[in-house]
Amino acid sequence: MVVQALKDQGVDVVFGYPGGAVLPIYDEIFQQNEIQHILVRHEQGAVHAAEGYARATGKPGVVLVTSGPGATNAVTGLTDALMDSIPIVVLTGQVPTFMIGNDAFQEADTVGITRPCTKHNWLVKDTEKLSTVLHEAFHVALTGRPGPVLVDIPKDVQFASGTYHAPQKGGTRRYQPQVKGDLESITELVAALETAKRPIFYTGGGVINSGPAASQLLRELVEATGFPITSTLMGLGAYPASGAKWLGMLGMHGLYEANMAMHGCDLMINIGARFDDRITGRVDAFSPNSKKAHIDIDPSSINKVIRADIPIVGDVAHVLEDMLKIWKARGRKTNKEGLSKWWSQIEEWRKVDCLKFEQKGKVIKPQYALKRLEELTKGYDRYVCTEVGQHQMWAAQYINFEGPNRWMTSGGLGTMGYGVPASIGVQMAHPDALLINVAGEASWLMNMQEMGTAMQFNLPVKQFILNNERLGMVRQWQELLHGERYSQSWSQSLPDFVKLAEAFGAKGILCSDPDDLDDAIMEMVNYDGPVIFDCLVEKHENCFPMIPSGEPHNKMLLGEASTKDAIGSKGAVMV
Amino acid sequence: MSALQIKKGSTKHSAYNLRSTFSDVEERHTLAVIVDNEAGVLARVIGLFSGRGYNIESLTVAEIDHTGHLSRITIVTTGTPQVIEQIKAQLGRIIPVHQVNDLTVEGPSVERELALFKVEGTGDKRVEALRLADIFRANVVDSTLGSFVFEITGAPEKIDAFAELMRPLGLLEVARTGVAALARGAAA
Repeated sequence: MVVQALKDQGVDVVFGYPGGAVLPIYDEIFQQNEIQHILVRHEQGAVHAAEGYARATGKPGVVLVTSGPGATNAVTGLTDALMDSIPIVVLTGQVPTFMIGNDAFQEADTVGITRPCTKHNWLVKDTEKLSTVLHEAFHVALTGRPGPVLVDIPKDVQFASGTYHAPQKGGTRRYQPQVKGDLESITELVAALETAKRPIFYTGGGVINSGPAASQLLRELVEATGFPITSTLMGLGAYPASGAKWLGMLGMHGLYEANMAMHGCDLMINIGARFDDRITGRVDAFSPNSKKAHIDIDPSSINKVIRADIPIVGDVAHVLEDMLKIWKARGRKTNKEGLSKWWSQIEEWRKVDCLKFEQKGKVIKPQYALKRLEELTKGYDRYVCTEVGQHQMWAAQYINFEGPNRWMTSGGLGTMGYGVPASIGVQMAHPDALLINVAGEASWLMNMQEMGTAMQFNLPVKQFILNNERLGMVRQWQELLHGERYSQSWSQSLPDFVKLAEAFGAKGILCSDPDDLDDAIMEMVNYDGPVIFDCLVEKHENCFPMIPSGEPHNKMLLGEASTKDAIGSKGAVMV
Repeated sequence: MSALQIKKGSTKHSAYNLRSTFSDVEERHTLAVIVDNEAGVLARVIGLFSGRGYNIESLTVAEIDHTGHLSRITIVTTGTPQVIEQIKAQLGRIIPVHQVNDLTVEGPSVERELALFKVEGTGDKRVEALRLADIFRANVVDSTLGSFVFEITGAPEKIDAFAELMRPLGLLEVARTGVAALARGAAA
């Protein structure tokens, strides 16, 4: 029944790991060919792989794991998906209903443990209700603000037979979030748009979650109005990086021009972003003189952190469509004079060239490695995953994304170990594309067991490790905040990554000389199979620009010279 | 309820359109939350409050519609207007939550609570307790030669006041139900 429900939901890939309490479902999987099961090496990997799959396709990622440790290992992935609004459906086995509560072997209170890290979860005690719950699970995961759901299925319920109900159109009665924005508010926003002297679009992952139509409408809106646009980490690719109005990413490690424009704007149009603390910096000094419009499908995002002057609850694509219609009907007006002054101010900020760096000597700068990676692979059908840390921020800064769903990174939760399994999920969805996981050596080791999965399923994932033998971001904060006392931030006893690759049966490439870098990258790209690329980089490079914690956007640090005493004691307690 | 009923997911009539600025003043609000009566729903609501650091002053829950499997949770909470608004929005995100009504901002409402008081004493104290109970319209639901159990219904403030009076007269134990509340008027 479970397998039938998955098929009816259009599922073709399941990431999972078997165990005692899910054997009946695995038995069903064995006896069919429509759904492919990807055997991971750790349940956390299954959830991240499903997240990668979901982000790269817009379809829900599906995970099947056993009770107890299977379920608890999935918790990090569930929390990650909740923070980043990724639709995934996790099915867990559970001990038989008559044993629940008895501390049975591999029993855990899975719905209790996962209640705060799922959008919703169910324990199904009656086989008659199983198919309906499974369909509802898919509906909830995908509808409104997407998110992870979990269905816990006791083993006796898996064995028993019951009536199967096919999915109903439109999902369930009880969960139908509002998708159309309030037209009065949209008109108010259009009016603000027409007169704004210093407007900016601030877009987030909501644009990507809303689907390709939302990105298309956003592009149309930006081109038609001529307003500058910046995006959060999660929203990269919704507007093309090559677009003329693109300011680059904003936030703690965002671009100077993007953050200065956010600080100085008079109209901020937040589209599908949530005023995360990595974006706002000090809240009471955040963009002090602007009117703020906030478009979000989740009413709880509005006014949570920053008060919205024009709140619009709705799906990005629906709201943008109405917004464009109303703006066009009112005569396509913008404040041309104000805009041209605004752009010349932005051009001044751009001249700071905040991402400049100097590659000199025989040691590869991480920025240089990513710049070359971008140059050499930009023509490819390319997807990029990352782990978490300095390399992640550099990747966001130096790699350009032209379309949505091509950038998978753990934003909200900041999960080290996300990238390797996510790259497996993405490559499953796009077997012929070039998949690069930009990693740091420390993050990469956290879920490196999934290289075995890549080998088993012939997934030619390219693991591009910027190896500085440090927990780079931790080290950077210790340098800036903790008197250069580098407590536990060295990656000691690292493996030989080339030999490690060979041990898995993959290809290993070591590069330490900037002169060899281009050839080595191309060797990686052209190799037909998984590659672990060990790129030895400058060990003490810091990631700039940086807004120190506790500071507003206009107090950015641009380089080494400006870091002394940059973070006050108040900022030091923040993360 | 009132014309300001907050439908799940809607912002059209929600309170923040009515308030011009955020204030730092803590307010006390009574929320009525209609939920599906299913396993774990109370845990979801309570987990939301503890997980996000909101206050619960009182919480009452019982099934109100047996055929429709609906329960009503009445929560009294405190917080700044921004926090109260967040609480309502976060409650609205919970899948089995059908409706969240803020009885404090949506117009006049009645709040009632039931409490049982066990008071021990003999002689003058016993007589005084009985006399005060009469003034407060409390009923005696259990009696021994040395004790009473009073049942009292009313607004939380009335019950607080009664408790204060009973304390010097030999108050042993109190059981309170927490607040149940409904908006005034014919609308539902």
